[in-house]
Amino acid sequence: MAHAHDNSNVKRIWMVFGLLSVVTIVEVALGIVKPDFLHLNGIGTSWLNWIFIILTLVKAYYITWTFMHMEGEKTWFRRAVVWTAVFLIIYLVTLLLIEGGYLFETLAPLVRW
Amino acid sequence: MEANIAVSSEKKPTWGGGGVRPFGASYGKMMMWFFIVSDALTFSGFLAAYGLTRFKFIDSWPIADEVFTHIPFIHGEFPMYYVAFMTFILIFSSVTMVLAVDAGHKMNKKKVTWYLFATIIGGLIFVGSQAWEWKTFIKGSYGAVKTTDGKILQFVNESGKQIALSDFVVGDRGDDKVTQTRKNGLWFESGESVGQYSVAQVISSYNANPSIQIRSEKIDLDTKQKIILSREKGAAELAKAKLVVEGANLEVNEYGNTIFADFFFFITGFHGFHVFSGIVINIIIFFNVILGTYERRGHYEMVEKVGLYWHFVDLVWVFVFTFFYLV
Repeated sequence: MAHAHDNSNVKRIWMVFGLLSVVTIVEVALGIVKPDFLHLNGIGTSWLNWIFIILTLVKAYYITWTFMHMEGEKTWFRRAVVWTAVFLIIYLVTLLLIEGGYLFETLAPLVRW
Repeated sequence: MEANIAVSSEKKPTWGGGGVRPFGASYGKMMMWFFIVSDALTFSGFLAAYGLTRFKFIDSWPIADEVFTHIPFIHGEFPMYYVAFMTFILIFSSVTMVLAVDAGHKMNKKKVTWYLFATIIGGLIFVGSQAWEWKTFIKGSYGAVKTTDGKILQFVNESGKQIALSDFVVGDRGDDKVTQTRKNGLWFESGESVGQYSVAQVISSYNANPSIQIRSEKIDLDTKQKIILSREKGAAELAKAKLVVEGANLEVNEYGNTIFADFFFFITGFHGFHVFSGIVINIIIFFNVILGTYERRGHYEMVEKVGLYWHFVDLVWVFVFTFFYLV
């Protein structure tokens, strides 16, 4: 695989590094500044949190696809790994977060601040 | 035996699946991927449990960028910078690792050696940084008071900025307690060490200084800031104080809910342990590269396999970073 396109591989690695760095810098900058219109508004959670989550998934995609070379694996091997993990994680997170919200609604009124 | 296997393993190397390559992936690489899936689910379990707990205490959870504000050698408050640095170190060590894998494809032993070396150094810097982060968190920054109903009370000055106990607590403990040591020549049962400040001392200092206010754990949902109590309400809360808390551990946490500290230690500790084992594996492979093991074997796939593990550790950190420090 790598023999076919020798230097472009190295170039692509540095490109992805640049991209991951930029994404991280954006995340950190937003995390420090916390603009009010993003921090205090949003659906479900704040827009800022949605931005963080989406940028995290972008980073995860590039790490898995380029660094771990998932893009070069056979289609169904890739799916066996990615679909399994993604499905189970979404399932688990959904159930636990719903439960967490329920616990809050049930227990929070009992706390006297 | 013959009846149970699809492909005869006679005269083939049986370790590694006897040369059978389903999906064009070698046995070792495929198993590394399946291990990564299971490990990813373990981490998801932890992070989802963290999410559940955070949702459960959504109106009083510690605000992360008020917790992790320190960087080494410099005083002051710098939220996020240090973790951002740690993230960069880990991403960069991932890059050197993928460059080592790439050099391995080209059978360039010298480059593999140097890139792997850089990866190990990056890993060591990361673990070292994490140890420092733990130390700072355990030591604490301001100190707080815990009440009998389990709330943490922090102290702020008139501009609403948090201040340390040492900034306003005056006088002495008032109960003559000291930590006894063996040097005192006393026979004593081992016991908890006595802190610098007593509850009574903190209460009298609060009453004596009208510019001090108390900040509760409760979050105002409109501003996403912790609510600062009035002097009177603060005094009423402070009357319930039972413990002066400095720093964080598995039992108390000056920054707020104790379970926040528990999750912090557990999740970053589990991740740190992964980084540590990754470094050990990388060192083993590093010496194999130097000894020419893979040169003789004809391929550097082993570097690729440990590379997968190393990238996975980086991948997990990306999520830990988001859900512990950003969100």
